[in-house]
Amino acid sequence: MSELREKIRETIESEPVVLFMKGTPEQVYCGNSGRALEALRSVGAPVTTVDVLPDPRIRQELSALSNWPTIPQVFVGGELVGGADIIQELAETGELKQKLDAALGDANPDTRTERVVQVGGTHTPFRFVP
Amino acid sequence: MSARLEELLRHAFPDATELSVSDRTGGGDHFQVTVAAPRFRDLSLVDQHRLVYDALAKPLADGTIHELRIKTRGER
Repeated sequence: MSELREKIRETIESEPVVLFMKGTPEQVYCGNSGRALEALRSVGAPVTTVDVLPDPRIRQELSALSNWPTIPQVFVGGELVGGADIIQELAETGELKQKLDAALGDANPDTRTERVVQVGGTHTPFRFVP
Repeated sequence: MSARLEELLRHAFPDATELSVSDRTGGGDHFQVTVAAPRFRDLSLVDQHRLVYDALAKPLADGTIHELRIKTRGER
């Protein structure tokens, strides 16, 4: 398994809610990624987002892992819940909230925050130490 | 193009009780597809959508479909 794929797998398994998207919550580059993000926010999900745009290999490795061809992809408790259409549908029926509560357990809602992580790629910040 | 996608879906889901393809923007590359079929009944939404993606694998891979919205339903 490639190092990148391993990093993606680790992120999916260690973060309660992961959204693989085009862009970031501050700069969304795709309507479907935006729809998924909004649906997750509507149920107060502590979303960890991963931008797939910095490196095309992220998307390739992710789709190979998840057997899902498109972006966005949402994982809750390590499991693929769906793309934008499914997430939106589940948010509307209330099932997304149920899934979330089941996966998060009694975690304090106040600690539920949104964050951005990187899984590698060409845009990984490089710090020059003189 | 909608007709071509509908043909692929009809082939994959011959027992569909509802099947439609609409061109969302009129540009021939953003589509909404709706499929209701008995075989979806015992599948998760993820697996239902995977079957639709499988049916449309070719136009998805060659870029004919730029964006795809899917609505599926299991029916008796």
